[in-house]
Amino acid sequence: MTYSAFRLFREGLRGQRGWTQAWRSPDPAAEYDIVIVGGGGHGLATAYYLAKRHGPLRVAVVEKGWLGGGNTGRNTTVIRSNYFFPESTALYDLSVQLYEGLSRELNYNIMFSQRGMLVTCHSEAEMEMGARTVNAIRLNGTDADLLGTAQVRALAPILNFSPDARYPIHGAIWQGRAGTARHDAVAWGYARAADSLGVDIIQNCEVTGFVVEGGTCKGVETTRGTIRAGRVGMAVAGHSSALGTRAGIALPIQSYALQAFVTEPVKPIIDQVAFSPAYGAYFSQSDRGGLVIGGGLDRVPSYGQRGNTPLHDEVLGGLVDFAPILARTKLLRHWAGIVDVTPDSSPILGASGLPGLFLNCGWGTGGFKAIPAGGYLFAHILAEGAHHDISRPFDLDRFVTGRLIDEGAAAGIAH
Amino acid sequence: MQRFTCPFCGLRDEREFSFAGESGKTRPDTAAEVSDADWSAYLFTGTNPRGRTDEIWVHTPCQEYFRMIRDTVTMEVLETVPLRRDPS
Repeated sequence: MTYSAFRLFREGLRGQRGWTQAWRSPDPAAEYDIVIVGGGGHGLATAYYLAKRHGPLRVAVVEKGWLGGGNTGRNTTVIRSNYFFPESTALYDLSVQLYEGLSRELNYNIMFSQRGMLVTCHSEAEMEMGARTVNAIRLNGTDADLLGTAQVRALAPILNFSPDARYPIHGAIWQGRAGTARHDAVAWGYARAADSLGVDIIQNCEVTGFVVEGGTCKGVETTRGTIRAGRVGMAVAGHSSALGTRAGIALPIQSYALQAFVTEPVKPIIDQVAFSPAYGAYFSQSDRGGLVIGGGLDRVPSYGQRGNTPLHDEVLGGLVDFAPILARTKLLRHWAGIVDVTPDSSPILGASGLPGLFLNCGWGTGGFKAIPAGGYLFAHILAEGAHHDISRPFDLDRFVTGRLIDEGAAAGIAH
Repeated sequence: MQRFTCPFCGLRDEREFSFAGESGKTRPDTAAEVSDADWSAYLFTGTNPRGRTDEIWVHTPCQEYFRMIRDTVTMEVLETVPLRRDPS
């Protein structure tokens, strides 16, 4: 079924009875060409691009819970490509470009709003570093500008421009193509499009082990039986180490909780995504009016999908200094996702060390923005058994060769 | 706010502690030749377990490093053990 304004209007008149299921719930077949573990954004996007660009292939996505129930549904929906290193910009800007055409491509409104992102600078020294970052981003071939205080004030007057603020605002790094999207819609849009191209999406099916024959991964053991596969791809974010252990591989990953918050809906008060590294907080406003707030990682490695109070205090304390008007806004919800953090804060794409098993992990706190690129590149890797030019620098072997892409150090924050 | 037990200072606010790494890793003998793979495994690779974990932490105010055995899902601290041995 194609979604359109006409269809919406017609169903409105007919009591909404004509809508059909967006994707099937098939039983797993005994064998596929490619099985993807993890039905979040990355897994579903991978399945879509496999079917769309590399087919015909028999592809299945195996998900232990429901689609997009992990980090895809737990992030703060920010999309941007303002990275320091050329390898990172190539990766994340591919993602922004794919996002730009995604609603039309998937026939599913992902509500991508390119509202722009401000990264505030709070001293003249930070402005100099901001100029360096802007120059790097531009040399990497994407858009960025350095704004002065007056320009930032014109865009986002609710920020704290007082010279007596804890961190007075001297300007900001601006990326106009950055923005937000509806996170659930990204998962659902890819799921629906992949399903329509013949991908089997199997929910409530947990992978309990791997079929390894002659030192090669030949499929997965699941709670719904054995599923054999030519190649297996793993896209399970914060649980990569736990699943990797079942495949006998150890990864350079530490899992942490990353918290997010949303307030009661209020009238439109901020048009952009505003991020202050100094205050350790960022926020944007959803279409419903809720302020969506995030910050840094918890400091205690964790698999518990809930945050701890020190970071809660730091993020919200920073927020009310950054935008004092928000001090009396009530929080509606507060949650955490488990993110897979690598030593260089860059993702891992490619071979796992176990032949037949491939990795899409290590996105840390920035996986949502990378969903289209992660899926596009991982599909290439799974179909070809070899890297795409953009994914090659992100191979696991960089931790042996030492050619790290240290975005954590480049940005001066934990991603 | 959670409190962790420093083996030397007792129960203290979690913000006073920093995670230093998984315990049980032995630094390769750098006086001898160390392969890139072994060095990488020492520097970067870990088990990152879900559930019971055995880690090295430091209590920042007193600067003591110690082992903390805890659960990464429930966040319960099961045991903290000093790394130091009493001189005998």
